[in-house]
Amino acid sequence: MSFEPKIVGFLCNWCSYAGADLAGISRLKCAPNVHIIRMMCSGGISPFFILKALEAGADGVLICGCNLGDCHYREGNYKTIRRMTLLKKVLGQLGIEQERVQLHWVCASCGDEFVDVVNRMTADIKELGPSRLGVKSRDLTR
Amino acid sequence: MNLEDIINKTKTYYCLECGKCTAVCPVSRHNSNFSPRLMLERALMDSEGELIHDRELFSCLTCYACSHLCPSEVDYPVFTQKVRSLASSQGEHGDCAHSGTLLSLMRLMSRPNIKQRRLDWLDGCHTSEKSEILYFVGCAPYFEPIFEDIEVSPVNVARNSIRILNALGIEPMLLPNERCCGHDLLWTGDVETFKKLAQFNAEMIKESGAKKIVFSCPEGYRTFKIDYPQYVKLDCEPVHITELLAQNLSKLSLRPRAKREGSNPEVKKVTYQDPCRLGRHLGIYEPPRELIKAIPGIKLVEMEHSGDESICCGTSVWTNCSSCSKEIRIERLSEAKATGAELMITACPKCQIHFKCAMVDKGAEKGADVKMEVMDLVNLVANAMETQE
Repeated sequence: MSFEPKIVGFLCNWCSYAGADLAGISRLKCAPNVHIIRMMCSGGISPFFILKALEAGADGVLICGCNLGDCHYREGNYKTIRRMTLLKKVLGQLGIEQERVQLHWVCASCGDEFVDVVNRMTADIKELGPSRLGVKSRDLTR
Repeated sequence: MNLEDIINKTKTYYCLECGKCTAVCPVSRHNSNFSPRLMLERALMDSEGELIHDRELFSCLTCYACSHLCPSEVDYPVFTQKVRSLASSQGEHGDCAHSGTLLSLMRLMSRPNIKQRRLDWLDGCHTSEKSEILYFVGCAPYFEPIFEDIEVSPVNVARNSIRILNALGIEPMLLPNERCCGHDLLWTGDVETFKKLAQFNAEMIKESGAKKIVFSCPEGYRTFKIDYPQYVKLDCEPVHITELLAQNLSKLSLRPRAKREGSNPEVKKVTYQDPCRLGRHLGIYEPPRELIKAIPGIKLVEMEHSGDESICCGTSVWTNCSSCSKEIRIERLSEAKATGAELMITACPKCQIHFKCAMVDKGAEKGADVKMEVMDLVNLVANAMETQE
């Protein structure tokens, strides 16, 4: 059986989650690998959530927020950028490939862009293979 | 281990209820809900349940101020450590500082297949592939990005440690896939993960063939010296860099900084904060002081509480950091200020992080009362040595 990556997606309520919704309503075909968790703002995503997902066996973590300047809470996504920059340094030291944790801006009217992000990320991680941190047979959906 | 075993092991039943522990406890002074004496009483009188689910169980700093004074020699920090492991097996844990990011990283380091890239900062340091002396870097490379904003550079301490060792003619070996020593996990009660980390490290060290491990971090040192032998077999001798340097003072040729800059050498007053792990845990008070005194152009002045009476920096193992922790730090910083010193020297990266954090956080409110330069002893020595190059 081919490797199907498990990706945890943290999506902001106002833009990205609505974008993902739009993709669904528009019946766009999308890789089924992202398990979505809705957040009020990408700025509310603690680095711990990302590490926790990796700890629990996720092969990748996708973070989506509003475009810069469009944040519902004005500057939440600027905080996300700062946090992610630092977290990426830490993850790099831990030997986790940069592609496994990705940050993208997806607006509410960009269903097609969301599909594109998910498909590209799934392909990236398929190429990388399962996460080295992975635990055996723990199902994330459970 | 159940509560009865813990009580037997730590001789809790000898408690006289004299209350010296609570009187000296830095946490109790600011948080009236926490009292080591009451904790012990509860362990002896009540059922396990109440103690394990007590929120204050994770407030203890395990700084050994209490047991140091205890007339019955009750080992309260080890009692806390063991009760925490009981509590954590029942799903209890403290409030993690930094939302648990740091402890999560430590757990991730216990995964067998990781391939870390943790030695990218080695520029200007001479290391060797094979040496009898190993330098244990510790968490410095992980702390570096996380504490960038409060201007603490633990990696700089690691770099300077290696440079000083180089000056002594030692080219240490480093482990490219070194794991966390597990100190923080052991003291938060996660013994299982601690054991895994200990086994990985012991195996790697055995393969490397090292005879001596040098630490610049007191926590790692304590863990290797006291805790590892209880779980794994280690065939080498752990040593703290201050001990090693104090033995080799004559080879260091230290010079004052002012001389190099051509100005009149002024005597700079400094004070020394004993890290609890180095001080009360391991009894190393003198080597760091000898080192400081050996540096010309500076004068060591002691704080009101120093040596075995010194006060902890307010948080340990990234757990239960609260307003109480900040108050402990502010109090300690004002003690340091009262000595008239310009600089506070410490030998633990976490002390430095915690004091800097308090200054950033309370700086606006307290202003100059708490502003003070904090520096690692290794950096101080490295600065004094640079002249000879």
